[in-house]
Amino acid sequence: MLNRTIAPPIKDAIDFEITLKPYTLAHLSNGVPVYYINDGAEEVAMIDFVFDAGNNYETKNGIAAATNQLLKNGTAQKNAFDITEYIEYYGAYLSRKSFNETASITLHCLSKHLKELLPLIREIITDAIFPQNELEIFQQNNIQRLSVNLLKCEFVANRVIDEYLYGPNHPYGKVNTKLDIESIRREDLISFYNQFYIQSKCRIFAAGKLPQDFEPLLDQHFGDLSLNENILPVKYKREPAHQKKHFINNDPNGVQGAIRIGRPFPNRRHPDFKKAIVLNTLLGGYFGSRLMGNIREDKGYTYGIHSYLENHLEESSWVVSTEAGKEVCEATIEEVYKEMKILREEPVNAEELLLVKNYMMGLNLGYIDGPFQVISRWKSLILNDVDENYFYDSIRTIKQVSAEELQELANKYLLPEDFYELLVI
Amino acid sequence: MIVHEDKSTPMAVVDVMYDVGARDEDENHTGFAHLFEHLMFGGSLHIESYDEPLQMAGGENNAYTTNDVTNYYCQLPAENIETAFWLESDRMCSLAFNENSLEVQRKVVSEEFKEQYINKPYGDVWHKLRELCYKEHPYKWMTIGKELSHIENAKLQDVKDFFFKHYTPSNAILTVAGNVSTDQIKKLAEKWFGGIPAGKKYVRNIKPEPQQKEPRMMEIAESVPLNALYKCWHMSSRLDKRYYTAEVITEILGGGASSRLFQSLVKEQQLFSSIECSHMGSIDPGLLYIDGKLLKGITLEQAENAVIVELEKMKTELVTKVELEKVKNKTESMLAFEDISLMNRANSLANYELLGDANLMNTELESYQAVTREEIMEESNRIFTETNCSTLYYRSTIKE
Repeated sequence: MLNRTIAPPIKDAIDFEITLKPYTLAHLSNGVPVYYINDGAEEVAMIDFVFDAGNNYETKNGIAAATNQLLKNGTAQKNAFDITEYIEYYGAYLSRKSFNETASITLHCLSKHLKELLPLIREIITDAIFPQNELEIFQQNNIQRLSVNLLKCEFVANRVIDEYLYGPNHPYGKVNTKLDIESIRREDLISFYNQFYIQSKCRIFAAGKLPQDFEPLLDQHFGDLSLNENILPVKYKREPAHQKKHFINNDPNGVQGAIRIGRPFPNRRHPDFKKAIVLNTLLGGYFGSRLMGNIREDKGYTYGIHSYLENHLEESSWVVSTEAGKEVCEATIEEVYKEMKILREEPVNAEELLLVKNYMMGLNLGYIDGPFQVISRWKSLILNDVDENYFYDSIRTIKQVSAEELQELANKYLLPEDFYELLVI
Repeated sequence: MIVHEDKSTPMAVVDVMYDVGARDEDENHTGFAHLFEHLMFGGSLHIESYDEPLQMAGGENNAYTTNDVTNYYCQLPAENIETAFWLESDRMCSLAFNENSLEVQRKVVSEEFKEQYINKPYGDVWHKLRELCYKEHPYKWMTIGKELSHIENAKLQDVKDFFFKHYTPSNAILTVAGNVSTDQIKKLAEKWFGGIPAGKKYVRNIKPEPQQKEPRMMEIAESVPLNALYKCWHMSSRLDKRYYTAEVITEILGGGASSRLFQSLVKEQQLFSSIECSHMGSIDPGLLYIDGKLLKGITLEQAENAVIVELEKMKTELVTKVELEKVKNKTESMLAFEDISLMNRANSLANYELLGDANLMNTELESYQAVTREEIMEESNRIFTETNCSTLYYRSTIKE
């Protein structure tokens, strides 16, 4: 008779060896580095062009993002429709994303179509013209989208907490207003494009089933791009808000409040960062976390509550985030601080610690499954200017960190007086 | 049971799909299939917690409920796969039926309801649209439930009845994918699931939706910033060949920035700030819909007329060869990208098996490739008629 009360034996995930598959590095004639992994079961490919062209470099709000978005809305030879139709005809996806330090153009396509699509990417990178009417449509649609988003408490809370944590002039903290969008001029885009795309600092990441002549193919289309190695990140000073507690009454009919409780935290290279990732998981980083266990699974105040370390290059913040019923918002905030207090005062017991470690190891094992995942790990390391030792140290930290170290860390960072608190209803 | 071997990954996925969704609910107890999904994590007959042992084995999991099915899936290191069998089989045996867990999950789902459908501009729109489009079929309510009170009033006895009616091996499909061998999985399945009585296969007896006979129209005025237009048409069921034609139609009209509606109505005529065309993807006859936010200063009537002009073109002129080729290429690439993730592959296999044959996963692309320009015109004429259409004007009451 099967005894269902006894769990099958498991191999503790902390005993797994995790190996990050190495990438191939090539350099185009102009020196642009290409990091790639040629592997995979499906006939698909991804190429990611990463430019140092994030909002860190803009002198007017919204220029970096608008330039990035409108790259594919017209070149000297093709209008926006021609470009989009060409990409979609080959069943490809061309996404553009703009971050703080970087902005990217990413192509996903069937491997067999790479040859047809790369010339178009080149055209976009070297010959975009930003037509005035395309800019106007972009502005009007973005203003409308913003007006809808501003009615959502979580959208407002996400913007405002970053403003408190970094300051309204910091690239990580500033927000785009309707006026910012209206103030974008075509000349701003062209000037930003000339400075950061035409003369660029570019890195290429690729993965999937790549053609045999992948390197010469890339060199043919991108080996003569002009580079500007003098693009240096602008340094901003963090200027958090003076007042710690804030309330915004956004919607008089709101039935839920968005809660954000956050504190400044150093960047990934700080010696505490890797351990903080473990402590964060314990606090609010997974379904079985303390915050979920207490505030969702015991009290039912919310559909979900999470904590995370913001993913920025220069400096980070540690944030707890949830949407809770209007009448239980205050109680929720109180419970968050209670959970921090418990982490400061009591060491985590051996079983829960092992569970968190095993969970994190399983997650990491899944994170490096397949070429697309692996290149994305590498990209994160490379953009953060660290190497594979950082990755292996992170894994080692998960395996080795002790309950005492985590408690010590909680006493250093999970102090209520350091946290900014925001409630938006 | 389906096994998909992939030796290139260190992971394994275990997916248990139950053939029950919101369409199997009683009209006075809606939201139940979904509430139930939450309760499946509240401990089972012999195991106090589902999540903890799984996390201890390095795994993570989730679940979702649709109007058609309820799916539970977890991913963990392949070496620990037996933990997933232990957990999934025990909750198929029986749940703990804990009053406290019901109490808490009622609140959690109420907050989910508020977060997704009340506390957001336009959040109620699909509640209204489903009620407008369906008069008989249970697709007339959403998986979250028709109203909050149905969830708040759920009783433990209802929960038990629901479990024993639907959560039996004969209503479930087990799919295992990853670094496993079929022999090993057969043994594990026999060991952990073999002893659970198969139970009675639930026979669904849903009244089909009667054919719509006249145009339906609804207007709402709310404090949202923009006017929005919604139009829905009944389309064929998932297993009908015409389902693929309808999907191609939605792609030509609304798939991507080079699609007809975007190019004509957002870019050229500048009537909408965004517009999409899609369909519900449901097993029983579903809805094809167009959903757009109007630019300030444009009237709903003006916007609707422009949409109708585009639909008339679909009915009277063949789409171009390039347009059709584009959709087929996009579908090919979309399916290839979907298949990268082990979880997606397991999930697709389960979905197709529930439809009747897991092998549909391999013939899916051919079904899209087979759609012709003539069929698109014919199907457009069948779908886009006034009497098959429900229209919702969502008016903004916010003055500048």
